[in-house]
Amino acid sequence: MAQAAVKTGKQKSIILKSLTDLTFWRGVVAIIVFLVLWEIGSQAKNWFGFMVPFVGKIAPPTDVIARWTEVVTWPGYWESWYLSTGRVFLGFIAAQVVGIPFGLAMAVNKYFRGMFFPPFEILRPIPPLAWVPASIIFWPTTELSIMFVTFLGAFYTIVINVLGGARSIDIQYLRAAQSMGASQWDLFYKIILPGTLPSIFIGAAVGMGITWEVVLAGEMISGGGQQGGGGLGFFIWSSYMGGVMDQVIVGMISIGLAGYISSSLIRYIGKVCMPWRRMF
Amino acid sequence: MTETSNLMEVRNVSKAFGEDWEREQVVENLNLDIKRNQLTAIVGPSGCGKSTVVNLLAGFESPDSGQIVLEGERVSGPSKDRLVVFQETALMPWLNTYQNVTFGPKLRGDMPAKELKIAADRIIDTVGLSEFKDKYPLQLSGGMQRRAELARALINQPLVMIMDEPFRGLDAMTRQLMQEFYLRLCEEEERTNVFVTSELEEAIILADSLVVLSNRPTTVREVIQIDLPRPRNLDMLSSPEAYDYKRHAMEMLHEEALKSFSGTDSESDFLKSYTQHA
Repeated sequence: MAQAAVKTGKQKSIILKSLTDLTFWRGVVAIIVFLVLWEIGSQAKNWFGFMVPFVGKIAPPTDVIARWTEVVTWPGYWESWYLSTGRVFLGFIAAQVVGIPFGLAMAVNKYFRGMFFPPFEILRPIPPLAWVPASIIFWPTTELSIMFVTFLGAFYTIVINVLGGARSIDIQYLRAAQSMGASQWDLFYKIILPGTLPSIFIGAAVGMGITWEVVLAGEMISGGGQQGGGGLGFFIWSSYMGGVMDQVIVGMISIGLAGYISSSLIRYIGKVCMPWRRMF
Repeated sequence: MTETSNLMEVRNVSKAFGEDWEREQVVENLNLDIKRNQLTAIVGPSGCGKSTVVNLLAGFESPDSGQIVLEGERVSGPSKDRLVVFQETALMPWLNTYQNVTFGPKLRGDMPAKELKIAADRIIDTVGLSEFKDKYPLQLSGGMQRRAELARALINQPLVMIMDEPFRGLDAMTRQLMQEFYLRLCEEEERTNVFVTSELEEAIILADSLVVLSNRPTTVREVIQIDLPRPRNLDMLSSPEAYDYKRHAMEMLHEEALKSFSGTDSESDFLKSYTQHA
């Protein structure tokens, strides 16, 4: 009976749980305080007559919110969300699909590692953004060139994390499994793979953040495609070009939200796949 | 005392690690008899190579010279006949207790599902973890993890159970409880056990024969037959016989430990090296 009660308690709405959690309210208070300080800093010129350095030049939250209520009615705004998200996810998924096996292969096979790690390590320090010009030239469409650059951002991260994670698996697990009769395939599939999962998710979470950074910069530089909307990066850039500063901030915060939602998704999937671990 | 045969024999085994000038002879001319259905305890000074001996017995390492024989056949790699419970827990963190315990048989596919379930439930019950079948290792205390590892090994019915300082790191009370538990387990079931430890009293109360190793390069210094009556309990440690065993083994261990402390072969150099650095 008690167990059933506990189970339904777990399924109680996350929202309800958040509302009663002190940590949640601390976060809310922190954000409110931040907004208030920002408002005061930006409005100081109008209210008190003196200009606060730096902050004074930025549009205050009230203006941003006003602009935002206007912007959400534009289909172009939502199209930029859609375009950027599409690029992020495609580039990200491609990076996982290529990067995870690549990392695992380097981790378990010393010949593979000897051959592929040096070129990998030499290419890795090149920032994905430095690839944009080259990417535009050799990929047929702008879309592909942006996605390639986002792919690179996440790819290096995931490979390094997978490589490190797989090679730091305690040898005792492998020995115990060997004693009990594990074949090489068993060792890989039943020990190395589950043992590397935490590193895969860390690589994915970090890679996700990097992918967002890169996609935005890629959009800013390449113009974001010919269709109207062109992604959130393009949205910010064209707002800047048009001199509509509060719209720039709307774009920035939109990106922050998009990144937060993506990371939460990864954390959630991680929690489902790895019930034995506390997620970050 | 009935004469028991050797289940396992270590004959003139030597093992070194490292190349060229870094080459370290860890084991030299080790000769050991592991008697059938008895518990052989192995003690030795810190760093003498006890873990290497465990790895050699289990088949994780192979000797440079000499051989290890189990039931007349040469040992040539890890196998379920010789299972190890390590110092640091090697339970798979991504599997719960039940899954960890059934890991071996499931891997080999040598037990039908129904039989496996019965065996697993029974062995988990024997180690007292029935309430914790679906918990992950991180949710178990140190003592529980050790018991789960025991269950995981025992279900495979190994010919030899090798324990490498399994109770190290547990607090004194848990350690004592684990010793009592393990003692009962060994006395209730017929099995050949090898128990490596640095705790002398633990070794004495568990062992039928106590092997004292020398310092590096390690070889057998002496084998002491522990003739305390069975079934045993921890109170026997205060008996005069136990005290004699302890004193005898302690003398030897002290000598060997001094040698590794001073870094030379002679224990008298210990004082010299100590005063030199003073």
